[in-house]
Amino acid sequence: MRREDPEIKGRPVTQGAAPVTATATQDEAVLQISDLSVTYGARVVLDQINLSIRRGELVGIIGPNGAGKSTLLRAIAGLLRPDRGTIRFARAHGGTPRASRAQAQLGYVPQRIEMDPDVPLRACDVVGLGFDGHRFGLSWPNALKRQAVDRALALVEASEFGQSLVGRLSGGQLQRILIAQALVSEPSILLLDEPLSSLDLRSADAVVSIVDRVAHQSGVSVLLVTHDMNPLLRAMDRIIYVVNGRAVIGSVDEVVRPEVLKSLYGYDVDVVRVRGRILVVGDEEYGDEANRFHHHAP
Amino acid sequence: MGFWHVLWPTGLFSNAAVVTAFRIGSAVAVVNAVVGVFVVIRGQAFSGHALGDVGATGAAGAYLAGITALWGFLAAGFSSGMAIESLGHRVRERDVATGVVLAFMLGLSALFLYLISALTETSGAPIAILFGSLFTVAPGMTGYVLGLSLSALLLLGIIFRPLLFSSVTPDVARVRGVSPRLVGLLFMVSLVVAVEESALVVGALLSTALLIGPAAIATKLSRQPLTSMALAMAIGVFTTWLGIILAYDSFLWPPLNRGWPISFFITSLMLLSYLTVQIASGRQRRSNAATALTDFGNLSTEREAWW
Ligand SMILES: Nc1ncnc2c1ncn2[C@@H]1O[C@H](COP(=O)(O)OP(=O)(O)OP(=O)(O)O)[C@@H](O)[C@H]1O
Ligand SMILES: [Mg+2]
Repeated sequence: MRREDPEIKGRPVTQGAAPVTATATQDEAVLQISDLSVTYGARVVLDQINLSIRRGELVGIIGPNGAGKSTLLRAIAGLLRPDRGTIRFARAHGGTPRASRAQAQLGYVPQRIEMDPDVPLRACDVVGLGFDGHRFGLSWPNALKRQAVDRALALVEASEFGQSLVGRLSGGQLQRILIAQALVSEPSILLLDEPLSSLDLRSADAVVSIVDRVAHQSGVSVLLVTHDMNPLLRAMDRIIYVVNGRAVIGSVDEVVRPEVLKSLYGYDVDVVRVRGRILVVGDEEYGDEANRFHHHAP
Repeated sequence: MGFWHVLWPTGLFSNAAVVTAFRIGSAVAVVNAVVGVFVVIRGQAFSGHALGDVGATGAAGAYLAGITALWGFLAAGFSSGMAIESLGHRVRERDVATGVVLAFMLGLSALFLYLISALTETSGAPIAILFGSLFTVAPGMTGYVLGLSLSALLLLGIIFRPLLFSSVTPDVARVRGVSPRLVGLLFMVSLVVAVEESALVVGALLSTALLIGPAAIATKLSRQPLTSMALAMAIGVFTTWLGIILAYDSFLWPPLNRGWPISFFITSLMLLSYLTVQIASGRQRRSNAATALTDFGNLSTEREAWW
């Protein structure tokens, strides 16, 4: 009920898309972004983004390469300083979005990390860093931490390789360890940068189920960047569609429509729905670009 | 006495220089083992090596100025370490920054070494700076070396978790409130102490022998940072002791009463241990492969039987 109807077959759109205006603030908003702009030199990477995220919702961020998805996530995470605009957070335990980033308790899973195969660290040690890695001093063996780590590993179905050397994990296994590292800190907002990108279909599905549970059972707000919205359709509440630094937020039905996408891309695109999948296909002239990023043959 | 005089030479512990060497060598080996494991995890071996090399400049300068080599080592190490940290943040940048700083400092050391040979009578000083002279370290230095080592270990103990966190997943650590710049800077301080102390023992050129060697071996053999560190300590201390004993004994080797350089023994022992571990782990891998092959063989036999 929290979610939009996952059946997206040509359902009539009742509301207009919200071309990202700040007003949708509710009491339950945990994150509110107003007028956010980020530039690299002369290049505008994010252009006056306004959006607000509610408690316990799962939001997909999609868009072509270089659209600014990672930049948006990094700005929210505080990893880069925006040129303009504000990002406000609610305290982990409620209240209006006025708290600082630290009080909000963010979990962040980067797009990729590199790890030497000989690094003397087990996967569970990496998860443990999410628990108390920010504290000074040595860590002594402690039952609370061990339980939290075990729980996080179990949640992402990674218990069986918790003792493996982290540098020798496969891409998909490492991805799950990083998700566990973020979860073990009990974040109220979880930011995931392309957690599905190095996963096969089955593992991607498993990760979607995990974030589904985290958002809809534990009440964590999840922002998840992905190139392909289709694996997320069954779990996603809303979608942020980013193109050329501009963004639209709304339900899939509100956003993934030719009129809305045309205003983002600046040229005609078609939205094709086949067998419960959504493909965004560009004009012949631009077709390549749109196809490359959103067309994934089933 | 026969062969045993090599491992237990007469008068070993009644020789003041040897006792000092044991004390300083052990402290240096311990610090380098601990710092070295982080160097391996952070991929900072090049910085470590460069800090040793630039130490030569400092020690040569100290010799010219008539002060103790250790202070020269440390001064050059700290200034270069801070320059490297402030010039380069990412691994690639850091390596480039390190290269630039290293080249300049080596140029300076060429000048200093030239001045030493032109202005003074001694020919031994450059060799001592470059290749170490543990037996000639004044006993009065022991206290300083122990104090520095303890401070470096204490510092590492304090930053242990944030340092590990920001070495493994820097962005995640930042989001959790760790400052990788601060932690990196503090680590650089302990790295400088480790490397420059080590330069005193095995010389500026070989100072990474005690830093990288034991840590590289230990990280291959263990799965956790703390056990790696303990193992690296054991390897480092053992190698240093054996090196000291052999070097002491070599006073009886030709050319008589001169003594071979201690660094030769330490680095050779290190290479030997490293090769042993490499070969052992290679054999392990091969035997795993062999097991897999055997399994496969069994499988096909079973299949044949089934057919
Ligand atoms: N540090 C940087 N310096 C300069 N430009 C940058 C920097 N980081 C990103 N950019 C530029 O900002 C734009 C947006 O980058 P961003 O990484 O946010 O894209 P993205 O949507 O995450 O793409 P992808 O799908 O490939 O991950 C790109 O054009 C990129 O070239
Ligand atoms: Mg990206």
